[in-house]
Amino acid sequence: MRSRFQQGLDELKEKLLRMGGLAEQAIDRATEAYRTRDSKYCQMVLTGENAINEAEREIDELSLDLLAMQQPMAVDLRFILAVLKINANLERVGDQAVNIAQRVLDLISEPEVQLPVDVPRMADSVSTMVQRALEAFLDGKAEVAEAVLQMDGIVDRMKDEAFIVLVQKMHNEPTVTRAALNVLLISRNLERIADHATNIAEDVIFWVRGADVRHGGAHYRQ
Amino acid sequence: MGVGIEVRGLNAWYGKNQSLNSIDMTVAANHVTAVIGPSGCGKSTYVRCLNRMHETIPEARAEGSVKVGEMDVYGSGSDPVEVRRRIGMVFQKPNPFPTMSIYDNVAAGLKLNGFRNRKQMNELVERSLKLAALWEEVKDNLHKKSGASLSGGQQQRLCIARALAVEPEVLLMDEPASALDPISTSKIEELIFQLKQHYTVVIVTHNMQQAARVAEFTAFFLMGSLIEYDKTEKIFTTPADKRTEDYITGRFG
Repeated sequence: MRSRFQQGLDELKEKLLRMGGLAEQAIDRATEAYRTRDSKYCQMVLTGENAINEAEREIDELSLDLLAMQQPMAVDLRFILAVLKINANLERVGDQAVNIAQRVLDLISEPEVQLPVDVPRMADSVSTMVQRALEAFLDGKAEVAEAVLQMDGIVDRMKDEAFIVLVQKMHNEPTVTRAALNVLLISRNLERIADHATNIAEDVIFWVRGADVRHGGAHYRQ
Repeated sequence: MGVGIEVRGLNAWYGKNQSLNSIDMTVAANHVTAVIGPSGCGKSTYVRCLNRMHETIPEARAEGSVKVGEMDVYGSGSDPVEVRRRIGMVFQKPNPFPTMSIYDNVAAGLKLNGFRNRKQMNELVERSLKLAALWEEVKDNLHKKSGASLSGGQQQRLCIARALAVEPEVLLMDEPASALDPISTSKIEELIFQLKQHYTVVIVTHNMQQAARVAEFTAFFLMGSLIEYDKTEKIFTTPADKRTEDYITGRFG
């Protein structure tokens, strides 16, 4: 009985990690599309979204089955709750990658302009956050998840800086407004992905330690 | 009204085998407290020590302090019969007196305690059957039907009514629903939840979902020791002790 349950938990973990891999791939492809201005990568992100959505459905279904059939308790219950929330966050990461791909398609429909924002560097930080959050989930390591939380501020600052320099740029050179808006939106999409990575890290901490660290607190059950 | 229970340094033995090791535990008045743990962990022994049922087994004895409200259960002047009147008990298998009518089953404890006033007895029987959520089902056959003619779930509620008739302050329940089907079980659970308004309830259960559903506090026993005792939500979501977690997640042993 329990070993069947354990198999179910292992399967859930494996499915979520595979989905995490798809979400990471979507971020990397969207970034590659921006760097190379190659619409081929955008198409890959757009068509890849289905697989992420399908994975989300499967994980929800399996979680629901395990909750209904096995009535898990304590660490197992926290694990399944964390999986459900991480699942929703990864699906949103996929959506944000699609948004970026669409912005890139718009960007490359016009001649290239030089903008003072290092999108690939920001994307790299964001991608690292997602990777680390999934690593924390893989190994059940709350310390790794905590490191992810620390990185969120860096990405927030990058987005704020991008906002300032892009507004300035639009003000000085109205002809680049369309491109600048696209990049502004991309930086916002990246910042949102970082938020999802943060949520995932918080869910890992909840699973491992039973502590709610959302909204800047460490709330343990009394 | 229910009263609190203060247990200090409670030890119990069966012959030479010690089955409870120095239990300290405070049970809150008018709440439901569940006692969980694997077979042989001492949970039944524990509740049987609370109303001196333990010592009715040959060679079984208990030492320590149990205070139920103001009553010192193991004090020198303590009378086991009075203790058991004030601390009622319901067992795993419904055990109504099979040939007695429903009415006589509920009134049995009253008669045993020398109660003679017919009018008051009628009132107490009705009140107890209502508290046990059985009144509506049996009120037309109180004298016609025997205890044994009821279904298992009804029999268990009849036993609860019988326990309540002598107006206890504490109700101990040892696996009260483990022999019942899911519908009867949910009736008993709903009843337990209602009963805490009037009584302090301590329930021993193997069914952890049941403990989670009915109890506000849960105690985990292992090998005669109290390992963890906390709010039920805490025990079932984030237990502090690894042994508790291993037990409730089925990773035990």
